[in-house]
Amino acid sequence: MTAALDTVLQGTLLGGLYALFAAGLSLIFGIMRLVNIAHGDLIVLAAYVALVAVQASGIGPIESLVIVVPVMFAVGYGLQRGLLNSTLDRGILPPLLVTFGLSIIIQNALLEGFSADSRKLQAGALEIASLRLGPDLAVGWFPLLIFLTAVAVIAGLQVLLYRTRVGRAFRAVSDDPEAARLYGVDNRHLFALAMALALAVVSIAAVFLAVRTNFDPAVGPARLLFAFEAVIIGGLGSLWGTLAGGVILGVAQSVGAKIDPAWQLLAGHVAFLLVLVLRPRGLFPRAVD
Amino acid sequence: MTTHAVHRGTRTSRTGVLLAIAVIIGLLSVPFWAGRADMRLIVEMAYFLALAQMWNLMAGYAGLVSIGQQAYVGIGGYALFALAIHADVPPLLALPLAGLIAALIAVPTAFVVFRLRGAYFAIGTWVAAEVFRLVLAQVTALGGGTGQSLPATIVRSIADSVDGRDRLIYFTGIALAVCATALVFLLLRSRHGLALTALRDAEGAAESLGVDRFRTQLWVYIVAALGTGMIGALIFLQKLRISPDAAFSVSDWTANVIFIVVIGGIGRIEGPIVGTLVFFALRALLADFGTWYMIVLGGVAVIVMLKAPQGLWGLVADRFGLDFFPVRRLVRSWERGPPARNDA
Repeated sequence: MTAALDTVLQGTLLGGLYALFAAGLSLIFGIMRLVNIAHGDLIVLAAYVALVAVQASGIGPIESLVIVVPVMFAVGYGLQRGLLNSTLDRGILPPLLVTFGLSIIIQNALLEGFSADSRKLQAGALEIASLRLGPDLAVGWFPLLIFLTAVAVIAGLQVLLYRTRVGRAFRAVSDDPEAARLYGVDNRHLFALAMALALAVVSIAAVFLAVRTNFDPAVGPARLLFAFEAVIIGGLGSLWGTLAGGVILGVAQSVGAKIDPAWQLLAGHVAFLLVLVLRPRGLFPRAVD
Repeated sequence: MTTHAVHRGTRTSRTGVLLAIAVIIGLLSVPFWAGRADMRLIVEMAYFLALAQMWNLMAGYAGLVSIGQQAYVGIGGYALFALAIHADVPPLLALPLAGLIAALIAVPTAFVVFRLRGAYFAIGTWVAAEVFRLVLAQVTALGGGTGQSLPATIVRSIADSVDGRDRLIYFTGIALAVCATALVFLLLRSRHGLALTALRDAEGAAESLGVDRFRTQLWVYIVAALGTGMIGALIFLQKLRISPDAAFSVSDWTANVIFIVVIGGIGRIEGPIVGTLVFFALRALLADFGTWYMIVLGGVAVIVMLKAPQGLWGLVADRFGLDFFPVRRLVRSWERGPPARNDA
């Protein structure tokens, strides 16, 4: 019983990381209907930015966010303004194929710059400290920190979207970009801000990923698939749904891993396919598309 | 009074037929004068061209952009190994059977991934391919995660000598590339092709005129799986070794293919041909630069998509009015009855 509870608990906390992967993807889809195939590779890029920051300055990985978040914010703004804005409003192919090309470019550029060796960031005592919940049950402080951060980030995005002036502009361009422009909203700037914001969230996810597991230039696509599955399970356009989707995916993976370590990924994919067959619009759908 | 006539031939289409026949005859003569390495390279070009035609049929004509076609390359390859090793089917006979198995697996897969549209469909097909990869890595009878080689007795059953095997694989590769191109051409000239292009260009209008979107796209998906499965079987018959990571590689069987089609010209039959030539030229040129090759290829594809979405062939064809494989229906109108002759 405790073992089962432990599996579910670990899976839930893992789901927090997946929700962080997914929040950025969900945000940019919600605001500009852009599905970013390079999302996973941008997560890995942010992890390498953190690696460089840590190695160059000697600060800890969590503290490196002070550098990684602004860097990725700028990367996101530039990427959207310089490249991705021109793919919008031209049908499904340009955004899909341009971000796909970008994904291959980032992967190979990282391979060129950092080799295929796997890396990891060390967070010292934080990685092994745990909180005892019962005689046979404990949770690590670090997974708990990831989960709570995911909840905080999603709550923050929710407040930003529904309580602030810029959030109102985001929702306006999402609902009707033409009308929004008539009211003086600068769509291209807003889309760039949305991508910058998404990559700021990605930075947080990336640092957690880099402390939690090994990473190398090739692990991006798998992160994209996890993020995508969390978004679809939760239902398009719903940020809290994305958190639920991440948790379901995390629990499915950790239950699968418990049965046989080789089944971890397969169990996650199967959970996703089941939701797709039984509830094609996800569990908590909001957007129509 | 205005009269109309529908025709499809163009002046260049007759040149196109002659050119195609000349190229095919030239290719068939290759084994009699070229070396092994050249033949292997041409087989590789042939299967990339065939894969690109299948992907272009889906993305360029049926609106189905998939990042998961490596699923059917892998299934085709594994079907070949399973049939040859465990059912004693002669490898060349196993090729069409591998295509059929891929098509059969495509049916239930389609019912799941078709629940997603557009870009989400693309990622959904990728998840499906991952599922097949992970499942096959668990099948110990097929080598599990490390894969397996085709036993020597089976290899020898294809043909006794190395030369004989090379030739058979060469002719099969050329046949697959020609058939894939011809299939797309004939399919698009049929009434199904009209339904497809109508769906691609104006989905709502096509559906209101009675085109069944789901059925049309389902058929294209299955046909593409059939073709891709056979090509996959040929690829691993040439390589003689299969593993889950090689068989379901997204960069080998999908990224390269997408780049070929995008650079050559999406939604045109000539596109994959031009794209394959450019792809192999770039590869030969950048062979010494390792990963830079993929970076350049990705960069070229991004630039083409943004600046010339009709592809390199589209640029040339639109400039000079070339159309070697006409699948469009052209309408001509005359004010006072048709002229005595029209070149339909």
